[in-house]
Amino acid sequence: MAQDAMTAWKKKLRLIYGVYTGVFALFIISLWIAENMGLPQKYIGYAFLFGTIGVYAAIGILSRTSVVAEYYVAGRKVPAVFNGMATASDWMSAASFIGMAGALYLQGYDGLAFIMGWTGGYVLLAVLVAPYIRKFGQFTIPDFLEARYGGKIPRFIGIIAAIIVSFAYLVAQITGVGIITSRFIGIPFEAGVFLGLAGILVCSFLGGMRAVTWTQVAQYIILIVAYMIPVIAISYKHTGVPIPQIMYGQALQVIESKQKALLNDVKEIEVRGEWKKKAEEISMKIKTLPESWQKGKSELEEKLSQLKENDPERAKTEKALKDYPKTPQEAKEKWTNQMKQAQAMSKPPKSYIAPPADTKGIINFLALTFCLMVGTAGLPHVLMRFYTTPTVKEARSSAAWALFFIFLLYFTAPAYAAFARSEILTNIVGQAFSALPQWVAKWSSVGLISIKDMNGDGIIQFSEIIIQADAVVLATPEIAGLPYVVAGLIAAGGLAAALSTADGLLITISNAISHDLYYKIINPNISPSTRVKIGKALLLVVAAIGAYVASFKLAIIVELVAWAFSLAAATFFPAVVFGIWDKRMNKTGAVSGMIVGLLVTGFYIIGSRFYGIDWFGIKTIAAGIFGLPANVIVALIISRITAAPSKELQEFVDNIRYPKGAVKGGVEE
Amino acid sequence: MIKSDVLSNYWRENKTLMLLILLIWFIISYGAAIVASYLNEITIFGFPLGYYMGAQGSLIVFVILNVLYSKKTNELDKKYGLQEEE
Repeated sequence: MAQDAMTAWKKKLRLIYGVYTGVFALFIISLWIAENMGLPQKYIGYAFLFGTIGVYAAIGILSRTSVVAEYYVAGRKVPAVFNGMATASDWMSAASFIGMAGALYLQGYDGLAFIMGWTGGYVLLAVLVAPYIRKFGQFTIPDFLEARYGGKIPRFIGIIAAIIVSFAYLVAQITGVGIITSRFIGIPFEAGVFLGLAGILVCSFLGGMRAVTWTQVAQYIILIVAYMIPVIAISYKHTGVPIPQIMYGQALQVIESKQKALLNDVKEIEVRGEWKKKAEEISMKIKTLPESWQKGKSELEEKLSQLKENDPERAKTEKALKDYPKTPQEAKEKWTNQMKQAQAMSKPPKSYIAPPADTKGIINFLALTFCLMVGTAGLPHVLMRFYTTPTVKEARSSAAWALFFIFLLYFTAPAYAAFARSEILTNIVGQAFSALPQWVAKWSSVGLISIKDMNGDGIIQFSEIIIQADAVVLATPEIAGLPYVVAGLIAAGGLAAALSTADGLLITISNAISHDLYYKIINPNISPSTRVKIGKALLLVVAAIGAYVASFKLAIIVELVAWAFSLAAATFFPAVVFGIWDKRMNKTGAVSGMIVGLLVTGFYIIGSRFYGIDWFGIKTIAAGIFGLPANVIVALIISRITAAPSKELQEFVDNIRYPKGAVKGGVEE
Repeated sequence: MIKSDVLSNYWRENKTLMLLILLIWFIISYGAAIVASYLNEITIFGFPLGYYMGAQGSLIVFVILNVLYSKKTNELDKKYGLQEEE
C-alpha cells in the first residue's frame, strides 16, 4: 500500500474505533442510568450480552470477503497498533481475564509464574520470530516449515502439532463462553455453549482472518475497560487513590501482618485441626475402596427411599446421589482431590509474598515460567497474527504494542488479588456468621465461595473460607460497592476475552486443515474462491466439534490447555527459531527434533499425570522443560551429521533476515 | 543483489543485539526469581522488592526491551541500507 493511502487508512481506523469506544462508554452510562431508574438486573445482563455480540456480528458482516489474502491474512494491512490490540485479545483468554487474579490470590508468589511467563514470552516472540515471519509473508506456520526445510513432511508435522496444540485450547474457550453466558442470563450450560458458538461464528465465518482481526480489536477495548473499572474503584475505597497498580503495596503489607497474626491464633489452630481430621477420614475412605464407595452409595439410596415425596431433604439427597462418583475409579480421583484440599487447609497460610522455600519449589517455578514463555512464542494462533501487518517494520512495532496491551491487564492482576485478599482478611475474618456481607452469600450460592463453621463458634476463621479462583474478579465489583452494571460489564469483558481467543484458535485449526492439508498437500488444483469456501466450511465443522466436546464439560480440559504450552515449546518454537537463526539447520534435523520433542513431552505429560513417573520432581505442567532441550539437542546433532541445506534454502534464510525486497517464493497474493 | 559481507555484518550486529536483550530478559525474570527471598527484605512504597519484580518490575522491563529492539533494528536497517522500500 502506498504511504498516503496507509496514512489515510490509519486515520480512518482511529476514527472508527474512537467513535466505537465513545459509543460503548455511552452505552454503559445509559445502562447505569436505567439501573438507577429501576431496570431489573436481568435486562442489564441481556443488554450487555446481545449488545456486544450484536456489535461483533456487525463487524463480522461488514468484513465479509472471498478474497484469499483477505480471508487468510486480513489483506496484510493491519497497522502495528491495531495488530497489537488484536494480538492481545487473541492471546488473553477467559482464564487470563477471570482466572489469573484468582490464581494469584490463591498461590501468592507461585502464581507469578503465569504473569511473567505469559508476558516474557513476547520478548522471545518479538526478538526471535515475529519480524522474520512477516518477511517470509505467507499464511500459516506449516507454510513456513515447508518453505524453509523443503518437502511435505515438515508441513505435515506442523499440521499435526498445530491441531494438537490448538484444539484443547479451543474447547476450553468454548467452555468459558458457555459458563459466562449461562451464568449471566440464567440458561443451562449446554444452551450457553451453543449460544456462544453462534457468537464465535459471527466473528469469523464470513470474513476469516479479516473479520477476526477487526472484532478482536473491538473485543480488546471492551475487555480492558471492563477489567480496569472495578479495581480502580476498590483501590479508591481502600486507599483513597484510584491507581490500583501503585497502591496495592499497602494491601500487601496488610496481608502479611494479618496472616502472621493467624499463625498462633487459638481458634485458627482449632479449625486447622478439624481439617486434619477430615483429611484423615477421607484418606481412610480411599484406602478401603471399593467397599467404601459401595457403602456410601447404598447409604444415600437407603436414605432416599425412606424420605417422603415432598420432604425438602429429598431434593438434596437426590442431588447428592446424582453427584456421587459413578465408579470406584472416579471416587478415587474425586476423594483424592478432596483430601488434598483438606490437607492444604489444615496447614497455616503460607506467606503471600515469599518465593517457594525449598529447591524443588524454586525449580518448578522457574521451569513453569520457562515453558510458558517459550510456549507463548510458539503458539501458532499467536504467530499467525504477525503475517497480517503491512511491513516488517510494522511487525516489529506490533510485537511491542501487543506486549504493551497485554501488559496493561497483567500488570493490574496482582492488584486485584491483593485487594481481594486484604478485604477477606480485614472485613470477613473475625466476623460473626450471622453478619456475612451480601456478596459472600451471593457467590457461595453458585459454589464459588464456601464458608463453613468448622469449629462451631459462630465466628469466621480464615481457614474456614474456601474461594475458587474465578470469584476474585467476579466479586470485586460488589466488594467495592459498585452498581450491577459493572458486574454486567465484567461478564461482557470475560465473554470478549473468550470469544476473541476462540476465534483465533478456530481459524488456526481450520486453516491447518483447509489450506495446509487440503490445498497444499491433497489437491493443489482448486481455484482461489473454492479455497475460501472450503476454509469457511471447515470453520463450521471445527466449531461444531469443539462445541460438542465442550458440552461434556470434561475436567481434563483445563489441564490440557496448560499442556499445550509445553507441547508448543517443544515442537514449533525450536523449528521456527532454528529456521531463522541457524542456516545450517536442515530438514532431517528439524523434523527429528520436532518428533522427539513431541514424544518426550507427551511421554512425560502422560507418565507423570497418570502413571507416577517423576523426573527431578518436575510437575506435569512443566513437561516442556524436558521436551524442548531434547528437540534442540537432537535437531543440532542430526543436522550436523547430515548434508547441509541446498544453496537455494540458504539463500532463502538470508532473504528473510532483512526487510528489503521480497522473499523468493514468498508473498503470495 | 545484496553483497554477502553487508549481510553478514548486518546479521552479526543483529545477533549481538538479540543476545544482549535476551541476557537482560533472563536476569530480570529468572535471576530476580532466584534471589527473590533476599530482594523481599527491601521494601519500596510497601512493595517487597522480590514480589514486585515478579508481579510488575520484570513486566515493565519486558515492554521496554521490545520497544528498544524494534527501534534499534529499524536503525540497523537504515545503516546497512536494508530497510523496506516505501
